[in-house]
Amino acid sequence: MFDSFANLIAYQWLGLDANSHTGTALHFFVMDTTKIFVLLVAIIYVMGLLRAIFSAEKVREYVRGKPKWLARISAITLGAVTPFCSCSSVPLFIGFVEAGIPLGVTLSFLIASPMVNEVAVVVLAGILGWKPAALYVAAGLFVAYLGGVVMEWFKPERWVEDYVWNIQMGETAQIEVDTSLSGRHQFALGEVKEIVGRIWKWVLIGVAVGALFHGFVPEAWVVKHLGGTENWFVVPSAVALGVPLYSNATGVIPIAEAMLGKGVALGTTLAFLMSIAALSLPEMLILRKVIRWPALAIYAAVLAVAFTLVGWGINLFTR
Amino acid sequence: MKTIKVLGTGCANCKRTMALIEDTAKAKGVEVDLEKVEDISAIMGYGVMSTPGVVIDGVVVHAGGVPDRSTVESWMSK
Repeated sequence: MFDSFANLIAYQWLGLDANSHTGTALHFFVMDTTKIFVLLVAIIYVMGLLRAIFSAEKVREYVRGKPKWLARISAITLGAVTPFCSCSSVPLFIGFVEAGIPLGVTLSFLIASPMVNEVAVVVLAGILGWKPAALYVAAGLFVAYLGGVVMEWFKPERWVEDYVWNIQMGETAQIEVDTSLSGRHQFALGEVKEIVGRIWKWVLIGVAVGALFHGFVPEAWVVKHLGGTENWFVVPSAVALGVPLYSNATGVIPIAEAMLGKGVALGTTLAFLMSIAALSLPEMLILRKVIRWPALAIYAAVLAVAFTLVGWGINLFTR
Repeated sequence: MKTIKVLGTGCANCKRTMALIEDTAKAKGVEVDLEKVEDISAIMGYGVMSTPGVVIDGVVVHAGGVPDRSTVESWMSK
């Protein structure tokens, strides 16, 4: 459906040649933009209607006081279904600390939440298929678990800003929720507007980059320089490239699609995707309000190493 | 008169929430005392972790995201 729509626009209306660079790039752009936005609206609306979205307050109540392994597993899985906005990461961090939730568990949550979420998973599955989507989820949860554990070895508590320990959090607010069908519909519409309003530009940038890559980068060059799983340094390079770049997880998916299409290995692609989605400078600057630079530097390093290992691992097994 | 506080650390959504409440109050002709709370310990004191949050006369009525217009309207008519 999306394919024929893109054919219509790119080749029939605009009269571009289906074998030209511009034609294939534009076809990719139209197809991915329409497909991703339809998927986005559908998944966000359905999740909103079911009110299946977890609030950070609920996660906190659920995780506190649990044994550490269980706390971490629940923090990660709940993190994956909790919508994440970096503007909330400071209060979230403080709220978790105040509840006595170990710092490593909180960090596991902060790794998982932006990287794995139901929206990204559905779009990933819709664009790349279920297998890469499942691998991405598994890899993301694994990195979040491991990242939190490794961070604990460095005793990050000593880098938490002093004022954080002194904050007393009030009783968790009980907010009345309208559970009638029209209330749910309103809520779902609001969610669609809010989330699409926040991420549409990341998606457009991602699709544009993916389209240029798809249309203009020669496949032979990609296979020679990025494709082989023999070149061990391709994965760490992809991760290093992704660290300073930031996009919403959904926005990177069209780039991943274009990379896979040209023969980049799956592990390299997923490592790149995770590195862009989970590690970002703005997020670091926000977290700097609660935790000092040494901890943030270790956080970035641990994640970069973890993404590299996961990338190598996937390349090894999917060869 | 209602005392409304918007809890938020200064992100774009918090500003949008402020503006939305201001507009709705004006449109409905309700007099409100609107205040922005940016101090993190004050925000946490209300038990809110996901910002922006909205507090009306001391009660938290909303948290996590910009409220939709119909919700804000219902606050005004209460």
